[in-house]
Amino acid sequence: MNKKTLAFPYVLWAAAFIVIPLCMVFYYGMTDTTGAFTLENIITIATAEHAKALLLSIELSFVSTLICFLLAYPLAMILTNMNVSQHSFIVLIFILPMWMNFLLRTLAWQTLLEKTGVINSILGFLHLPALEIINTPGAIVLGMVYNFLPFMVLPIYNALTKIDNNVINAARDLGANGVQTFFRVTLPLSVPGIISGVTMVFIPALTTFVISTLLGGSKILLIGNVIEQEFTQTGNWHLGSGLSIVLMIFIIVNMVIEAISDREGEHTSL
Amino acid sequence: MKKRALVIVMLITSVLSLTACGSGSGGKNGEVVVYNWGEYIDPDVLTAFEEETGIHVIYDEFETNEIMYPKVEAGASAYDVVCPSDYMIRKMIDNDLLAPLDFDKIPNARKYIGAQYFEQSREFDPTGEYSIPYCWGTVGILYNKTMVDEPVDSWDILWNEKYADNILMQDSVRDAFMVALKRSGASMNSLDEAELQAAKDALIAQKPLVQAYVIDQVRDKMIGGEAALGVIYSGEAIYTQRENPDLEYVIPAEGTNVWIDSWVIPKNAPNRENAEKFIDYMCRPDIALKNFEYITYSTPNEGARELIEDADIKNSPIAFPDLSQYDNLETFSYLGEEGDSLYNELWKEVKSE
Repeated sequence: MNKKTLAFPYVLWAAAFIVIPLCMVFYYGMTDTTGAFTLENIITIATAEHAKALLLSIELSFVSTLICFLLAYPLAMILTNMNVSQHSFIVLIFILPMWMNFLLRTLAWQTLLEKTGVINSILGFLHLPALEIINTPGAIVLGMVYNFLPFMVLPIYNALTKIDNNVINAARDLGANGVQTFFRVTLPLSVPGIISGVTMVFIPALTTFVISTLLGGSKILLIGNVIEQEFTQTGNWHLGSGLSIVLMIFIIVNMVIEAISDREGEHTSL
Repeated sequence: MKKRALVIVMLITSVLSLTACGSGSGGKNGEVVVYNWGEYIDPDVLTAFEEETGIHVIYDEFETNEIMYPKVEAGASAYDVVCPSDYMIRKMIDNDLLAPLDFDKIPNARKYIGAQYFEQSREFDPTGEYSIPYCWGTVGILYNKTMVDEPVDSWDILWNEKYADNILMQDSVRDAFMVALKRSGASMNSLDEAELQAAKDALIAQKPLVQAYVIDQVRDKMIGGEAALGVIYSGEAIYTQRENPDLEYVIPAEGTNVWIDSWVIPKNAPNRENAEKFIDYMCRPDIALKNFEYITYSTPNEGARELIEDADIKNSPIAFPDLSQYDNLETFSYLGEEGDSLYNELWKEVKSE
């Protein structure tokens, strides 16, 4: 048994569940109902409704990614400075909710945020003004941040623990103060972690349709919702696939930018 | 050589497991594959059917007609019995997906299902040979008496700014447009460009007042007092009232949708005979009653209605409204491919506003 035979099941898996479906998406996306070649399904992204949904998706996932980053970085730094027993406990707390289904956790947020929900009942009991966030873009961003925050924390935390303490001590020895050490040593060295964190938050946030349906009350149409509706409600697989291709292009562009900055990051870190 | 042996072993195991599936899953009298709405049958009825007939039931559920249609059309998974709604049955008949039913093999249907429901079915099943009504009902407004202090008798109240952020609309194209079209006095099957544009504008104007567009969640949200008004199917109304007595259901004066969900047998059904037995069983009054009590959707089964003991339910204006007092009730009809895509286009504009 050589390495190739061992890889065979994976190749089979990749072909059956990644390559073939992808080809089908491209086939459907570039044909019309009669099977003739067309680019119309892809061009429809320019129509007002689709473009608006795409821009809104980009905006919300950008905001969520930014918030995730701002929350995750300090947390990851605190974690690295803790001793082993403390930090593994905190990491466990972050991973524990992920053992429960993503859908259930989002539904739980719906129950929490509703007008007569848990949070508002408590606020009402304390005679505080009610929180009116459910069914707004704010609730969607909250759902995204909550669901994807661990994906930002863990890669940054991994990157930070890999930084040799001697490098930081050297910086301090050579006269850099805390702020300078952070911006010129710690931050550049953690860039690979930041990049994978950003990718792992931005892409699922960009494509989600569950969070916007549950926490946005179906009033806010993201590009993920448009595609989902084309497949399940309208039954127009051609248009759904065409829009998926557009979304794929955005994701690939995002990954290319990250790959380039990743390579540059490596150069600077050398 | 080694490789070939491995392939042969894999082939043998896969063939074995396939045949195991084929013979192991059927009951002693074969099986029947049923495709029905979610939460739309008393699970005990399925067990009882299996025990009585020795036919194994493979049960599958869908959430909307639109999700069901492509699966049946593609024929990848062959179903024996499906339960679509009116307009979708028409679409399936038009596209030659359904087999005519042999009513001699389903004697309970003509015996117990009220003739008026077969008559109503002619709107979407003109020859009456493809469908047998299972459930029916209306669409109306469910409101919370403690939150709404004026009489509710018109779709107009869903545009009343007093109830901003307290209104739940149905998150499905045809139902949402039905409300707007009926409110303006148009037909809910309208294909008139001007009427549809007006309905679209009305829905866009309404959007800021709408708390959320939902389907099944109307039930839970209304029970929890989350909203004051909601558009809901009559079958859900009885259940919600049981849970929260403050709720009241009305059919607006402008008229509404009278819908029928019926059993049909697809053309490619592999177990026709069992499918007929299943439908016949569902038409038995005691079984129809069990289902009615479990799902609370109105039954067209006169025999079952006779068996209802609670007089309030038996004569409930929600479960069994006297439809003769309305002259503007309609049933959805299939609008054709172009009509469908026109509605979908307009709905997308509403949703993206």
